[in-house]
Amino acid sequence: MKAHQPQHDVSLTVNGEPKTVRAYAMERLLDVLRNQLGLTGAKEGCGEGECGSCSVLVDDNLVNSCLMPVLQAQGTKIVTIEGLAQGSKLHTLQQAFLDCGGAQCGICTPGMILAAYHLLNRKPKPNPEEIRESLAGNLCRCTGYTQICEAVTEAAKRAS
Amino acid sequence: MVAPGSLQAAVSLLAEQPGVWLPIAGGTDVMVQYAAGKLPARKLVSLWNLPELRRIELTEKEIAIGAGCTYTDLRQHETLEREFPLLTTAARWTGGIANQNRGTLGGNIANASPAADSLPALLVYEAELILISARGARHIPYAGFHTGYKKTRLQPDELVQAIRLPRRFGDYVSYSRKVGARNAQAISKVCIAALGRIRQGIVDDARIAVGSVAPVPLRLSNTERLLRGQRIDDELVRRITNTAIEEIQPINDIRSTAVYRSVVFKNLVTEFLVQLAAGENQA
Repeated sequence: MKAHQPQHDVSLTVNGEPKTVRAYAMERLLDVLRNQLGLTGAKEGCGEGECGSCSVLVDDNLVNSCLMPVLQAQGTKIVTIEGLAQGSKLHTLQQAFLDCGGAQCGICTPGMILAAYHLLNRKPKPNPEEIRESLAGNLCRCTGYTQICEAVTEAAKRAS
Repeated sequence: MVAPGSLQAAVSLLAEQPGVWLPIAGGTDVMVQYAAGKLPARKLVSLWNLPELRRIELTEKEIAIGAGCTYTDLRQHETLEREFPLLTTAARWTGGIANQNRGTLGGNIANASPAADSLPALLVYEAELILISARGARHIPYAGFHTGYKKTRLQPDELVQAIRLPRRFGDYVSYSRKVGARNAQAISKVCIAALGRIRQGIVDDARIAVGSVAPVPLRLSNTERLLRGQRIDDELVRRITNTAIEEIQPINDIRSTAVYRSVVFKNLVTEFLVQLAAGENQA
């Protein structure tokens, strides 16, 4: 079916850099990021918006990139986990996840950190309930949520 | 998929080939079906972020919510939060933050899942839909929009343009609950939205709607009729729950059983009546 469909040039900004990709309209943003742009931080977990491991920011909004056709990303600003560190200096959240044991196997970690980043951008001093709600769409099957929530709490403390 | 960029252009496409085009907004349902190969031979038209569908307009008597407003848009709107807490609460219960940033109210309506969390709220608030096509706009009551499992009154060339809610429920007691495996992400086993008003100890008005217990989001009209004009006591609660249970048709499916749903449903109706009698909000 795809062979009969036209490809489109889609322009978007990814981690601050303007990019143009050639893709089918219904290609998932997740696949374009991973396969064309080499940004493999966003993971495919469930592929149906249930697990949050493919989370990225699109125009500052947390989005499941497995549910976003790339044509809808035309003209947007995307931030992936690769865009958080400044050179070799980790983002406060990344460092806090390391220090608090907030990452074990790492599959959920990019999504968790971006969900937390999305929260702290809006609420720099979240309460525990707000932290849990902000991460509720991101499933972790091995680290455990306690350390993850502690990492977000710690990052908020360090950033203030 | 095409992204025509304006509501008029989208409606024109639908008029040229009615039934061929499937609208996609935030993709939280359509992308899942597409990936599963359930949308063969459908052309997709993107309505995402069309400015005409992303507005919330207030007048003295009503609020008109553009069909393309996301759950996040709903949650962030102060008037909605204050006057229509059942809707903003349902928005908070839908998916997680990432899905709330993409899923739209119009999509929830057109997708027509009987388990959708926001639809019972629209039923009790007496929502009206504005449907748009190249033939023009028509206004229909949201009650009756769902004609069967995943069937609606939407014509093949029509889109949901806006949802209008009358601003007259400010002094009602609000009650809603979602019962599911988990707060976020999990789809409801049973969800309920209810409004009521007591005057001089007597139920002056009551509205109850439920999801996941019938082929469509359901308003409990017989139950409401029986409730009006009554004083809430244990005997009334017993009669009401017995009537209410007759109105639903719960089934066994992957998320729950008919028996469990019936028990939970009775408990929720009871809790609503208790809270209504006490004048306590739970939205």
